[in-house]
Parts: sequence; C-alpha cells; structure tokens
Amino acid sequence: MTRKQKRLALIAGAIGFLGAATGLTLYALGEQTSYFYMPGDLAENPVAAGQRIRLGGLVEKGSIERFDDTHVRFAVTDGSDTVTVRYNGILPDLFREEQGVVTEGVFDGSQIFVADTVLAKHDENYMPREVADSLKEKGVWQEN
Amino acid sequence: MSIEFGHFALVLAFALALVQMTVPIIGAQFKNDTLMRVGEPAALTNFMLVALSFMALTSAYIQSDFSVLNVWENSHSAKPLLYKITGTWGNHEGSMLLWVLILVFFGALVAVFGRNLPLSLRANVLGVQGAISCAFMIFILATSNPFARLDPAPMEGRDLNPILQDIGLAVHPPLLYLGYVGFSVAFSFAIAALIEGRLDAAWARWVRPWTLAAWMFLTGGIAMGSYWAYYELGWGGFWFWDPVENASLLPWLGGTALLHSALVMEKRSALKIWTVLLAILTFSLSLLGTFLVRSGVLTSVHAFATDPARGVFILGILVLFIGGSLALFAWRAATLTPGGLFQPISREGALVLNNLVLTTATATVLIGTLYPLLVEAVTGDKISVGAPFFNLTFGPLILPLLVIVPFGPLLAWKRGDIWAVSQRLFWAFGAALVVALLAFVMVDGASVLAALGIGLGVWLVLGALTDLVVKSGFGKAAPSVVFSRFKGLPRSVFGTALAHAGIGLTTIGIISVTTLETERIAAMQPGETVEIEGYNLRFDSLRPFTGPNFTEDQATFVLSRVTGKSLGEVVSSKRLYTARQMPTTEAGIRTLGLSQLYVSLGDQTPNGKIVVRIWWKPMVTLIWLGSLVMMVGGTVSLLDRRLRVGAPMPRRKPAVQGGVA
Repeated sequence: MTRKQKRLALIAGAIGFLGAATGLTLYALGEQTSYFYMPGDLAENPVAAGQRIRLGGLVEKGSIERFDDTHVRFAVTDGSDTVTVRYNGILPDLFREEQGVVTEGVFDGSQIFVADTVLAKHDENYMPREVADSLKEKGVWQEN
Repeated sequence: MSIEFGHFALVLAFALALVQMTVPIIGAQFKNDTLMRVGEPAALTNFMLVALSFMALTSAYIQSDFSVLNVWENSHSAKPLLYKITGTWGNHEGSMLLWVLILVFFGALVAVFGRNLPLSLRANVLGVQGAISCAFMIFILATSNPFARLDPAPMEGRDLNPILQDIGLAVHPPLLYLGYVGFSVAFSFAIAALIEGRLDAAWARWVRPWTLAAWMFLTGGIAMGSYWAYYELGWGGFWFWDPVENASLLPWLGGTALLHSALVMEKRSALKIWTVLLAILTFSLSLLGTFLVRSGVLTSVHAFATDPARGVFILGILVLFIGGSLALFAWRAATLTPGGLFQPISREGALVLNNLVLTTATATVLIGTLYPLLVEAVTGDKISVGAPFFNLTFGPLILPLLVIVPFGPLLAWKRGDIWAVSQRLFWAFGAALVVALLAFVMVDGASVLAALGIGLGVWLVLGALTDLVVKSGFGKAAPSVVFSRFKGLPRSVFGTALAHAGIGLTTIGIISVTTLETERIAAMQPGETVEIEGYNLRFDSLRPFTGPNFTEDQATFVLSRVTGKSLGEVVSSKRLYTARQMPTTEAGIRTLGLSQLYVSLGDQTPNGKIVVRIWWKPMVTLIWLGSLVMMVGGTVSLLDRRLRVGAPMPRRKPAVQGGVA
C-alpha cells in the first residue's frame, strides 16, 4: 500500500469505529435516560408494563405487609402519589417506614411494581441522591 | 508526636513543593545544572515531610486522640488497632493526605531511580510532579485540614462507618491510589517532553515501567474494591456501574491503551504524539476520578462528606492541569517530529486497533458517567444512567476487542501474516468452541450467549498460551531446544501472555456468574434444610455474639453434599455497630472449587423463623483470580531486562509499599 492508502485505511477505520460507538451511545441514551422515577413522575408519564426502571421515594407509613415469610408488599410515596411495590427476598438492613428507598424492577399488568432489588440508604448520612433531591423539591425532606 | 507537628511538616512540604515546581524547570530552560539538580533533594525531602505528617495523623488515630476533630469524627477507642490505623484514610481529609503521600512517594522514586535520565528531562519531570503536589497540598491545607483541633476534647469518638471497618480498607484505597497517582509520572514525562520539544523511542522506554507499575496497582485496587463490595454489601454484586466505580475504570482503560501505544512508540518509533496525548488523558482521568469521588458531586459510600468549597477547589485543579496540559499539547505537539505510518496487518496495526477500541470504550463510559451531571447542570432534569446503558455500549465495543486479542502478540512487527497466525491459533479456537458447546449442552440454563461468552474466555486463555507455544518453537524443534527457548523467552512475552490470560479468566468469571447464578430465598428455623445446586444447607443455630465494638446474631449452617458428605459450617450474621447504631450484613461465604456459596441473613419473621437468601455463584472467584494473574503478568513484565537497560529502573523492584505503611 502507498502511504496515502495506509493513512486512508487508518482514518476510515477510526471513523467507522467512532461512528459505531456514537450510534450505540445515542441509541442507548435514548432508551435509557429515563431510568429513575418517583411516584409523581409515573402519574404524569406512565411506564409500559415490563420496562425496567428504578423507582424511588419514601416507604409509606403503615404500608408494609408481609404475606408469607419472604414475600412483602409496601408502598413508595413522594408525598403526593403512591405506588405499590411487591418484593420477594431480603429487605436491606436499613429498610424502615418513612425512610428513603430505591427499588428496581418492572410493572406487572395491574399497576403493581414488582421489584427484584431494594436499596435503602446506607447510613444516616447517605441516601440515594435522586431520592433526596426529589424529596427536597417536594418539601417532604427533613434535614437531620 | 503532636498533631501540630504533622501540620507544620505539611506546610513545610508545601513551601518546598513550590521550590520543586519552579527551580528545576527554570534551570532546564537556562541549561543551569545547579538549578536543575535542586529537583532531586527537593523531591526526597518532600516525601519525608509528608510521610512525617501522615505518621503524625496515624499516631493520633492509634492513640485515639479525640482532641483532633478528624479522629473524633471517624474513630472510636473500642475499635480494633488495624481499623484505627486504616481509619486514617477512611475519611475525606485523611484519604487526601494519603493521595499526596503517594504522589510525593512517586516523586521520590523518580528522583532515586531516574539517575540515568538526561538531566534536563529529570528536572522537568520532577518540576511537574512538584506542581501537582503543590496543588493538592494547598487543597488539603485550605479546605480539608485533617489536623484541626477540637476544644474541649470529647471523651469518645463517633466511630468509623462500619462498612469501612474491614480489611478491605487496608488494601483497596492504597492500591487504588498507587494506581491513580502512579499515572502522574507518565503525565509528568509527557509534559516534560512537550516543554523540551524532544520525543524519541527512549522516552517511551522510560515511561513504560512507570505506566506498567501504575496499571498493575490500579488493576489490584479495582479488583480489591470489587471483591470488598461483593462480600460486604450482603448481596454479592461485584460491579454496579456506579459512577465511583466508573471513575476508577476510566484511568484503567486509558492506562491500558497507553501501555500498548507506548510499545509501538518504543519498537517502531510511531504513534509518538498519540502516546503523549494518552499519557496526558490517562492522568486527567485519574484527576477526574478524584474530583468525582472527593467533591461530593456524587453520593456513595466513597463520598465521606460534602462541602461545595472542596468541589470547586478540585474542579479548579482539574481545569488547571487538564486545560493547561492540553493547551501545551496543542501548542507544542506540532514541533514534535511525527512517527511513521505502517501496514494495517502487523503487530503495530493490531496495537492501533486496541487503542482505537479502548479509547472509544473509555469515551462511552465517560459519557455515561458525566451525562447525568451535564443534563442536570443544563436543564435541571435528573436522569440516571445505569447498567443497561453500559451493557448496550461498553459491551458491544469491548467484546470484539477481546476476540482479536490473541492475534496481536502473534503478528509480526512491520508486516504480519494474518493467515499464518490464524492457522497457529486453530487449536485454541477449536478448543474454545468445544468448551462453548459443552457448556451449552451440559450446563442447565446456559443460553447460547452464555456459552459463547465462556468460550470467549477460554479462547483468550488458550490464545495467550499459543503465543508462548509458538514462540518457543514447539513441534518444530527438539524438546530440549524448545525448553531452552521457552526459558530464554523475554519476560515481557510471559507478562503479555499472563495479562491476556488474566483477562480471559476474568471474562469467564463475569459471564458465568451473570448468566448462571442461581438463588434460593427461604424462611428457615433451626433444623431446616435448603438444597441448592447439589448442596444441602442445614440451618443449625442462631446465637448472639459480642465483638469489640458490635453485637451480632450469628447463624450457623452446616453444609453438605446431597450425597451426604459433610463440608463443615458456614457462618452468616447480622451485626449491629453500637456506636452508630448501624446494622450490617456479614455474609457467610464458602468457596467450593472456583465457585462460591453466598449466604445472607434477612429479618426475623413473627413466627420465629429467619429469612435466608442463598446464592450459588458459579466460577465467581475467576473474576478476581483473573485480575491477580494480570497483576502477576505486569510484575513479570516489569522484571524484563529490556525495560531496564538504559532505563530508570532499579535492579531490584522498588519497595513500593514502604511509604504507605
């Protein structure tokens, strides 16, 4: 190959690759940007059943119901709207009523959020930031 | 030792860093040997001063001197000694001091082992190191002073976050920082080359050992952090695509690209300007990581305390160094002689492809990490980019790279023969295919993708071995000749093979645990048994236990094969740290071959049972064993004679841990 061809091959390869990467990134961002929701967001823009999202808020007081030993149901609220969450498994150490929580999972057909992961705040200084900020906006948050 | 003494030592070190960053560089400009030689003693003294300062803080922790604000906030007199020592860097201020300690440690290493560098290059490198130290020392002194006193002194401290009270804190941050900060040396060499306007193959040979050492430590630091999170957080995840994890992955990807491009520069005198740019970018990514973690822009276990002033300050340092170095690059790069071009099918061609993929993958991770911050800053909307984004972008980019890794080392420099290489790799490919088929047929629940993924890992391992086999002439010469050739292979060839095999092992671990993991959730009372993957786990007893600064409920399980053979006990517990009233889950983990059984306790149910979650994690240990193999590969490569001839490396490996303890 001549020098010019070599350079062209290099540039073409690089452009092709970067193009592919850009395409993937744009596609993924389009798909995945709305990943975190508060109950209020869902009231405005409902999410299709089966789409994987993260749902955050406070665990509503008095909403924790245990069915059998491992299945539990509770409500996540942001002060105005509420979503019912179903979960099978071990709740995190700091899962409590009126504490911040982030759950991950999908809606089933009947407006119940089936979570497979539940994350609570790590310690008294830590709370998922998305939750803290959203709650502050709504004025539900209390600085301690 | 008084804490004020430590404070004073740090102030002195700052003043000395000012000298180190100006005098040698000025000396190099005016070709004045005396001024240039100031760099060395300055760097060595600086290290001693910061080490003293660090020791003063550590001794305050050991003595539980609660009149020091930092100790009061993060320690407790009942804490075991190890956690008192590691607690020194288990907080924002202390960890920044550790950062600076490691930075000046590398400066001192350059001063000691750089004796055979050209005088002006060494002066400039030490000068740039001095400038970085200066910036971070003033950051500590102005916004994050660990030496502040508290009056009156409280009787008892507030204790360290229980999650950090673990051996992981003794290993993970120092290793990670050795990696992060180690890239500063490559950065300083790059800036020095730009200042001098001289760049040749020797430069690459000088930079490579430093980059390799930093890369090894970073590999270890990331792997250790991942294992720590795996066993400590109680649900056995090993990677979360958390922004803080990404912050450590970014310089690792950049550093890996740098290692490979420096190779091309050293051997073929090509990719010169690109290599300099990569050296700058890699350390910039380290700085960015420090900013993301330390500024409190992100909230995670790693963000100890948030203070906007600190964020702005680190952002300032970030802009100064990244902006300044890129501006210098833009201004001076044109004066450097560019390297030659080469055939696409060749070792250097393969390395360019490696660089292309790695840098693009770095860019996607960077975008995924910063995009939410950017969107929030511009529009105020909060979005979160999680694992799905990275699986969609990073995955498809990096997987093809893994497929072609075995070809690279087998291709010849200048002009490679892809067909000959393919023939040599035939057996590795065939074996990998067989393993993939076996995995698909034999393992329950293995999807096509899972089987292919495991085959890919095997392909990487066998491909790396093929390289050794081919290079020692196996099958072409008499066994004795093969053996002596094998022994005579340069250590760097072994290093490459080990590192690539390590990537393969890690790949197998990741794929198998993400696709084949199984779990059971059950409410159990003593005497009950759960069966998982051919093992029986019988819940034996639940007993209270009191540790030095915690109380816990210990559940003892008896593990046996379904066939009846007993395998002993597994203990899992729920722990409550009394000082902070904070509960943690201490998972019970049993390693069986390469796989692990992971037992986590939940709440007690009203009828006296306890919820137990049990995971079967097939071949999960390969994730970290692979990283260990990569580190060994790096070490072997560092011992290569070729890296040392005329290069600033010692005969014996530098005692790197010495400055940290």
